[in-house]
Amino acid sequence: MSAVLPHAPLSVLSPSPAPVALRLDGVTKRHGAGGDAVVALDTMSFAVKKGEFVCVVGASGCGKSTMLNLVAGLDTPSAGKVTVAGERPALMFQESALFPWLSVEENVAFPLQMQGLSRKARAARVAELLHLVHLDKFAKRRPHELSGGMKQRVALARALAQQAELLLMDEPFAALDAMMRDHLHSELETLWQKTGLTVVFVTHNVREAVRLGDRVLLLSSRPGRLVAEYQVDLDRPRRIESPEVARLARTITDRLLEAARAAA
Amino acid sequence: MPQRELAGDPLARAHLHAVPGGDDGGATGREGHVLIDMPERTEAEDPLRAGLRAAVGDPSHDSPGPGDRPGRGRALWSSAWPKLTAVAMALVVWELVVLSGWRPEYVLPGPGAVLGRLWTDLLAGDIGVAAAITMKRAVIGYAIALVAGVSLGLVLARVKVLRTAAGSLLTGLQTMPSVAWFPLAILLFQLSEAAILAVVVLGAAPSIAIGLLTSTDQVPPLLVRAGKVMGARGFALYRHIIIPAALPGFVAGLKQGWAFAWRSLMAGELLVIIGHAPSIGVRLQFSRELSDAEGLLAWMLVVMLLGVLVDGLVFGALERKIREGRGLTAEHA
Ligand SMILES: Nc1ncnc2c1ncn2[C@@H]1O[C@H](COP(=O)(O)OP(=O)(O)OP(=O)(O)O)[C@@H](O)[C@H]1O
Ligand SMILES: [Mg+2]
Repeated sequence: MSAVLPHAPLSVLSPSPAPVALRLDGVTKRHGAGGDAVVALDTMSFAVKKGEFVCVVGASGCGKSTMLNLVAGLDTPSAGKVTVAGERPALMFQESALFPWLSVEENVAFPLQMQGLSRKARAARVAELLHLVHLDKFAKRRPHELSGGMKQRVALARALAQQAELLLMDEPFAALDAMMRDHLHSELETLWQKTGLTVVFVTHNVREAVRLGDRVLLLSSRPGRLVAEYQVDLDRPRRIESPEVARLARTITDRLLEAARAAA
Repeated sequence: MPQRELAGDPLARAHLHAVPGGDDGGATGREGHVLIDMPERTEAEDPLRAGLRAAVGDPSHDSPGPGDRPGRGRALWSSAWPKLTAVAMALVVWELVVLSGWRPEYVLPGPGAVLGRLWTDLLAGDIGVAAAITMKRAVIGYAIALVAGVSLGLVLARVKVLRTAAGSLLTGLQTMPSVAWFPLAILLFQLSEAAILAVVVLGAAPSIAIGLLTSTDQVPPLLVRAGKVMGARGFALYRHIIIPAALPGFVAGLKQGWAFAWRSLMAGELLVIIGHAPSIGVRLQFSRELSDAEGLLAWMLVVMLLGVLVDGLVFGALERKIREGRGLTAEHA
């Protein structure tokens, strides 16, 4: 059902016929300089195939956001190389990062505006996306009028609007209630299946990772290293409450605890 | 769970029927207590929120219902009465000081006499003429200061070396009382319009430049990163992210610049008397020379009223609109 590969023979090394959407080769990232430098990522290598859905789990502070920032091109690695196929990836930040001076619909339209789409074309696409995240009624509101979970849904709609081939998501559903989260899981899954999008999805919730991912990468903290990866060979669509998901999640959680003990 | 709270949210309603009680990783509490966000209410169900929205005049709320009208009037009144009370109290104190006989009435007249004089001068058109001359200078001076301040701010924001070199100089300029410029300005420009304008510009421009610098410094890096991820680079990044994000701080700088400009202008009009232009400053000075205390106080009131009016109606309104649109209104206000 699932292959457990501790101290991985990483997928980079295995010859794979599918084209690669993202590749990290020995990527190290230090924050700060000199004695106070924090090694957020330590010689990390892995590859993500085109159309793959990869989830990343790991303790808080293990460098997950740092990794996404590097992939998005917002930071440069201290060593190693990040290769992204195609153009600029979309990134959904851990904080919603909405623009407070724009309404909900203007926020979602922003990437389309940057791509030079006409006002009319933008409006149709924005309405569609707001419907997807169940916020049609809030199109004219400003971000400060929304709850935390609603803001995250707007941020999701905005990230999807970019229509990038690679979608990076940093704990996107952390602030949502179970109902809304389940809804967005299946919407995201459907969208991914329909479009052949590649997704890198960071989460603290191991069950969520197993629910969504083709593969789950597990990072250790201080320094952030890739310690294990799990292939999830369960049929889709999966249910987050299903015993199969629970079983694999338990295995991964145990490994996560082990990594945390080793770090302490 | 009360049914009322679930109205209007299809998802929440669905949840009521679909409470699984299953363990799905943190969303369920003990024994089937489902911990979900409270459903978002719409205004139709929440009159309190709708009223509040109407009271602050939320610009993002673009379809005012029929119930909004009286709310606006009430809001106007509730913001006006503390100010009116304060004015009334000041007048009472003033009257009491006069009644105490501390100074004879021909030196310190009471509010009744002064307000009466204000009214007659207003009807006679004197105030209109003087205010026009003075406000014209204020507008021209402020416009030059705006261009100078913004240009200076932009240059310093772009060129880091200049920034470190000129930064403290700018603060020095800002803290320097602008009256201190007058001797030099008079030497350079004689007793002329130009001398007054020069000092107004010197008074206001540093505040505007500093406002621009600090507000662009304080743009949250996260928003800049978000803009970059979505493809805003170079000029587009400035136009769509940095300028709008910096706007509240920049307007605060503009407002402070106005206060400095107004003070410099009054000092200028008192020091640089240009006889053929009966500005407010000239009228003040003449009142003093004629020992016309009533007129003097009436003209002082004009200075105060004009300053407050511009500050409130122009800059205050601008600031309020921007801040409210972003939910930045102070909690303690
Ligand atoms: N700009 C920065 N300057 C200095 N240190 C940083 C910076 N950003 C992150 N770090 C450090 O790098 C490490 C990894 O941070 P990162 O934000 O990537 O963690 P994370 O895995 O995303 O955590 P979380 O799950 O809590 O979001 C942390 O120890 C953090 O303190
Ligand atoms: Mg993070």
